[in-house]
Amino acid sequence: MAAVTEYQKAAYIAGQAADARVNIELEAEGMTLNIGPQHPATHGTLRIVVRLDGEQVIWAEPVCGYMHRGYEKLSEVRTYPQITTLVNRIDWLGSFANEVPFILAAEKLMGVEAPPRAQWIRTILFEMGRLGNITLFLGEMGVQLGALTPVFYAFRDREHVLNLIEAATGGRFHPNYDRIGGLKEDLPKGWGTEVKGAMTRVRGFCDEMEELLLGNEIFETRSRGIGVIPAAMAAEYGLSGANIRASGVDWDIRRDGDSPLAWKHCDWKVWTHPDGDSFARYWVRLQEVREATRIIDQLLDGLPSGPIQAKVPRIIKVPAGEAWVHTDNPLGEMGYYVVSKGGLGPFRTKIRTPSFSNISILPWLLKGVYVPDVITILSSLYFILGDIDR
Amino acid sequence: MTAALHLAYWQTTTIKVVVIMGVVPTATIVVVYTFMFKMMAHMQSRLGPMEAGPHGLLQLIADAGKFLQKEDVFPERSDRAVFALAPIVVLVSTFLLYVVIPAGPRLILSNLDTGIFFALAVSSLSVLGVLMAGWASANKYSLIGALRAAGQLIAYELPLVLGVVGVVIQAGTMSLQGIVNAQAHGAIFGFKTLGEPFILPQFLGFLLFVVGAQAELTQTPFDMPLAESELVAGYVVEYTGFRFLFFYMAEFATAFAFAAIGATLFLGGWYVPGVHGTAADVLGPFVLGTKIMLVSFLIFWFRFTYPRFREDQLQAVAWKYLIPLTLVNIVVTGVLKVVV
Repeated sequence: MAAVTEYQKAAYIAGQAADARVNIELEAEGMTLNIGPQHPATHGTLRIVVRLDGEQVIWAEPVCGYMHRGYEKLSEVRTYPQITTLVNRIDWLGSFANEVPFILAAEKLMGVEAPPRAQWIRTILFEMGRLGNITLFLGEMGVQLGALTPVFYAFRDREHVLNLIEAATGGRFHPNYDRIGGLKEDLPKGWGTEVKGAMTRVRGFCDEMEELLLGNEIFETRSRGIGVIPAAMAAEYGLSGANIRASGVDWDIRRDGDSPLAWKHCDWKVWTHPDGDSFARYWVRLQEVREATRIIDQLLDGLPSGPIQAKVPRIIKVPAGEAWVHTDNPLGEMGYYVVSKGGLGPFRTKIRTPSFSNISILPWLLKGVYVPDVITILSSLYFILGDIDR
Repeated sequence: MTAALHLAYWQTTTIKVVVIMGVVPTATIVVVYTFMFKMMAHMQSRLGPMEAGPHGLLQLIADAGKFLQKEDVFPERSDRAVFALAPIVVLVSTFLLYVVIPAGPRLILSNLDTGIFFALAVSSLSVLGVLMAGWASANKYSLIGALRAAGQLIAYELPLVLGVVGVVIQAGTMSLQGIVNAQAHGAIFGFKTLGEPFILPQFLGFLLFVVGAQAELTQTPFDMPLAESELVAGYVVEYTGFRFLFFYMAEFATAFAFAAIGATLFLGGWYVPGVHGTAADVLGPFVLGTKIMLVSFLIFWFRFTYPRFREDQLQAVAWKYLIPLTLVNIVVTGVLKVVV
């Protein structure tokens, strides 16, 4: 290329300056819109402040804390067995999955390990919590995009899963079933057969959603290419679970971690999607539900017999030390960092919840999208408010 | 009017007003109960309302009672006069729609020569009410909803009107009564007794009409202006009590009216083969009612099945696909009309 003359350079700079002047003159203040704290798309009390230019978002900021319940602080004044009741309420849709990492952390500090049967039942209920959580997402995303019907199908089939969780644990939403060193009680008779029936139903539901939503042209135009998160960006913001797998990162703590739970005993697959958009996140979660039903089926077939409780003292005192246990919960990576000074309760607990990190990407992700896409992105990132403000 | 009945002008006018005042709420109740309550519920594996009356028949009456009891709230910074007037403007456009729909050879409130033109013109009056509501509410969600509604109604007015032109060309008249008669006296391949519902030659026109009507009614997949998951309820977000009821009634009574226009244009309206004269006047409303239910079923079936388009995608659908299709339809119909 020919060298650029001084004159051309000056003309270019003058042109840019003229453009900039015009842009400043045309630039409107923008309208600040509060999405939330009480808004149907935030399923709870999340507030998102967006500045709009017409319908385009030019700046966005999530404001959380409207439902903060202080669980980290509360756990400092509770004994270990009492804390499972608290943490049940973090991700209220898949609550059993919240108990597991905490109990595992306490067991790790005490040097106890639950017997195999207890570990297998834990895994089954963990995955059932995942079903209870993600099936609702599969319907809910339809509602956010304007299709009313899927969510009712989700509620219909999820009901069977919840009933069976209730049959085993006594609680539909807050099982409080996990104990240090084992479980509250054994499974009721004939439970396995019922669960297998429910799994068939859930698989049927997945097929239905695949046809009703994933195969719908409008759903595709609304979700493909919307809210694309590149893999590097997803890792930088600490995304986890299906959100990072939808960006093509093959990472699942259930498979890659060294959890004592029973995932390693069965054959299942971690699904990833290369696109990283809202459609990919829906697709990955749909496959995750299918895999969860496969895991449950296999674990029920090979459920070992034996005790469900290891020997632990009647009054649980955890020796001094620190432990970090994380699992791949329905929403993503959930972990507890428990610091014990040898008392009845932990000295300090740090709860790492997936939704809090997942929504941290919003200011970056929402820049430049349209208002309807804000809703698509919010629902496809899938957060539970209790999981953000714990 | 027949020889037996000689009514003064004021008498006929009073009767007409009473009829239309009765028809609009009845239409709302029928549409909401059948489709919004029961059909939607059964499609979603629910039962819908079951307690008020047998199978929840009186649910809407109960709802109306609830709305009427509510406090009439004005937002603090709203433009009170405009805010109060907006639902009335919307409802008036609905009432006007019913004026030109024939329910029998003589059962028509006003047999205008430009019937279909009139109907489509007054149906777009509701945009004014919507804009008024959105602006006067002093609410950002309302404003976005109203602007979306205005943009959408303007975009979809075109395919709706142009989709109807095919029928007008074929019938040779714009009067709705005339269009029904043209269908009654038409022939399918020379076979005269059954008449010729325009849905057969104008099938493309029918599809375009249904899509356009869907958008005019702001029903899913074109319900961006109301989009309850993002705009909460669009331009009606600040309305309570009977003003909300007005919007609600207008929405479903307009759906009924559009279904009636669709049935008149494409399914032969009140005409059923073999019934003529006074018998047609008696049977007509029922025949028309059945056909309306068929068209509304289609409209509401779409509503419960599809997700919604984004506003820009919605505009693209109208301008890039629907309008060219309607133009093709008009050209083909025009050429065939001249040639055949």
